[in-house]
Amino acid sequence: MNGYKMKIRKMRSAALAISAAGVALSLAACGSAGPAGSNVSGDSATMWGLTGGNQPVMQKSVDSWNQTNPEKSIKLDFFANDAYKTKVRTAVGAGEGPTFIYGWGGGVLKSYVDSGQVADLSDFVKENPKVKDRYLPSVLKNGEVDGKTYALPNNNVQPVVLYYNKEVFEKVGAQPPKTWDELMALVPKFKDAGIAPFSLGGQSKWPDLMWLEYLVERIGGPEVFANIAANKPGAWSDPAVTEALTKIQELVDAGGFINGFSSIAADSNADQALMYTGKAAMILQGGWIYQGMKKDAPDFVKSGKLGFTTFPAVEGGKGDPANVVGNPSNFWSISAKATDAQKKAALDYVKDGMFTDADTKALIDSGAVPVINGIEDKLAASPDKDFLTFVYGMAKKAPNFTLSWDQALSPAQGDAMLSNLDQIFLKKITPEQFVSTMNATTGK
Amino acid sequence: MTSLSSAPRRVRDAGPSGWLAAPALIFFLAFAVVPLIGVVFLSFTSWNGLGEIKLEGLSSWTTVLTDPVTGNALVVTAKIMFFSFVVQAPVSLLLGVFTAGGQKYRAALAVLYFLPLLLSSAAVAIAFKALLDPNFGLGPGFKLPILTQDWLGNSDLVLFVVVFVIAWQFVPFHTLIYQGGVRQIPASLYEAAEIDGAGRFRQFWNITLPQLKYTIITSSTLMVVGSLAYFDLIFVLTGGGPGYSTRLLPLHMYLTGFKANDMGAASALGVILIVIGLGLALLLQRLGGKNRNASQLEGA
Repeated sequence: MNGYKMKIRKMRSAALAISAAGVALSLAACGSAGPAGSNVSGDSATMWGLTGGNQPVMQKSVDSWNQTNPEKSIKLDFFANDAYKTKVRTAVGAGEGPTFIYGWGGGVLKSYVDSGQVADLSDFVKENPKVKDRYLPSVLKNGEVDGKTYALPNNNVQPVVLYYNKEVFEKVGAQPPKTWDELMALVPKFKDAGIAPFSLGGQSKWPDLMWLEYLVERIGGPEVFANIAANKPGAWSDPAVTEALTKIQELVDAGGFINGFSSIAADSNADQALMYTGKAAMILQGGWIYQGMKKDAPDFVKSGKLGFTTFPAVEGGKGDPANVVGNPSNFWSISAKATDAQKKAALDYVKDGMFTDADTKALIDSGAVPVINGIEDKLAASPDKDFLTFVYGMAKKAPNFTLSWDQALSPAQGDAMLSNLDQIFLKKITPEQFVSTMNATTGK
Repeated sequence: MTSLSSAPRRVRDAGPSGWLAAPALIFFLAFAVVPLIGVVFLSFTSWNGLGEIKLEGLSSWTTVLTDPVTGNALVVTAKIMFFSFVVQAPVSLLLGVFTAGGQKYRAALAVLYFLPLLLSSAAVAIAFKALLDPNFGLGPGFKLPILTQDWLGNSDLVLFVVVFVIAWQFVPFHTLIYQGGVRQIPASLYEAAEIDGAGRFRQFWNITLPQLKYTIITSSTLMVVGSLAYFDLIFVLTGGGPGYSTRLLPLHMYLTGFKANDMGAASALGVILIVIGLGLALLLQRLGGKNRNASQLEGA
């Protein structure tokens, strides 16, 4: 009797355990299926883009492609800039990345190439001269690693620009600075008027970097960073780096940046809002914020109150004041892990679906300069022609266009640089400490 | 025959079947133990998250242990842990005792107090970030100079702002724990005390507090060990800044792993975090005394 009861009890508990294990396993299976959007609806290609100014343009382009090519449709998702950079790398590392990998070129692209995560597009480019010919050659070059093409430009040229509020300048009776000394002289003028000279999205850290990039470029020329990017030992010890950092701290000391700059995030566009609301007179930011301001402050932009100019020259500096830093463009890489059908759909889109006349028009209408040839007439016909021709000319005439350092360097170096530069702006470390810390990251 | 006579006793001794623990054990194995072993293994390798995993011996550990940022992260973690406890424990204990009373207005207030429990950490962080903004926040909006500080950008202030926001979010949870604890104290104890002429304060000091001993230990354990896991809130609120001012250990681990892509060092930090967490939990359990599992309730 008792033995029989026990048997039943045992069987029951065993069944319970098995079903529980089953539940656990199926849950675990759910977990490994990966993020929604990576491999849904079977074999269609997937694309991850960035929210912001280019989002509607990209959405429209993919929508119209999907309409005419339903058998090669693309599934598109958008992410915020900072979150995307973390997410895509983790996803690619886990083999769950999208077919289209959105990137900036540089060190991050190289790390994908080194681990065989992105497809070699050299043959594709050779077979389709039409694709190659549409791009500005200086921009196309940024998608190459060791002479092979791994990424193709997909949007607009984004040099870093010095924006200013003309209304505020008129009120104070000032002119935009042409040299660093003029810039420093403007600081007390604006401060006396109760206006912050410069807005800065310091919490995001990368806006800090624009100051260092331009100052090093103006003081020491493009070779300084070229040596750093090439991982030459001690390359950070170039006197231009120390001088640039010293100038940054002098500007911080003078009260050049808006109160609370280290808690302002650029992802929320608060930094540009400070400039167009007149709380700050100027902001050094990427060409892309024009699109944002056009949307968020249309009256300010339309009425011509938005001024823009190049970064001032530094007296006695070696760098050509026409040189530019920023992002030559963003790029599409094609995942090496994608299926053949996904790859084919992706390449067909790159060939026939991108930079169509409608795409180009949409980009220009949004206030951006597409990275392709033969658009001068279209730019000149745009209501934003002043800004667009300025950016186009800036990019085209620049003897050298340096890629944003955090993208050009390896992720480990880039992260260390941003953290330490943040410390420079907060005056927690000296330029000498910055240099020796960064020299230690060479080759990492 | 012998098996028949011994079997029932064994079953009774064993209590409920051990199999009942199987689902929990399987989950624990799959989602805690296995990843834990993985983390310990990864801490002896170098891996950038993309390429191959290379065994590197102790190099990640030397990097982590010699990096001043790690030491700073430990200090920040300890500070946040201490201040969070000092702020949250008394406030939630008093609020818990207050809301445990049966009066209607107290029940209504309790509902309001518990509202922050419904909000996700990210939402709380975004809301406070907007309120505390030095240019567009609460202070400048209402033209209140005292509220117009650089709350999140001033290295000296930011830690206390973070402690405040954490308290705002978690006090309701601990209040709920204390409320439950107080309601379990038998009313007869208070009745006896009243007959003996004990006032409110004496009742609180001599009955409520000792009766809540285990609730206090539970709540304190959650508070202290939980502060090792504050991540989402601070990540969104300050991102660890300005500089390294609020970069506490879990955040340092995340940024090392997913921003700098150094999984080896991040895993070493993870191991440190686990050791500290387990140590603290054990310590707090010890403080509870030996018979900590015995009920204090009358008649139990």
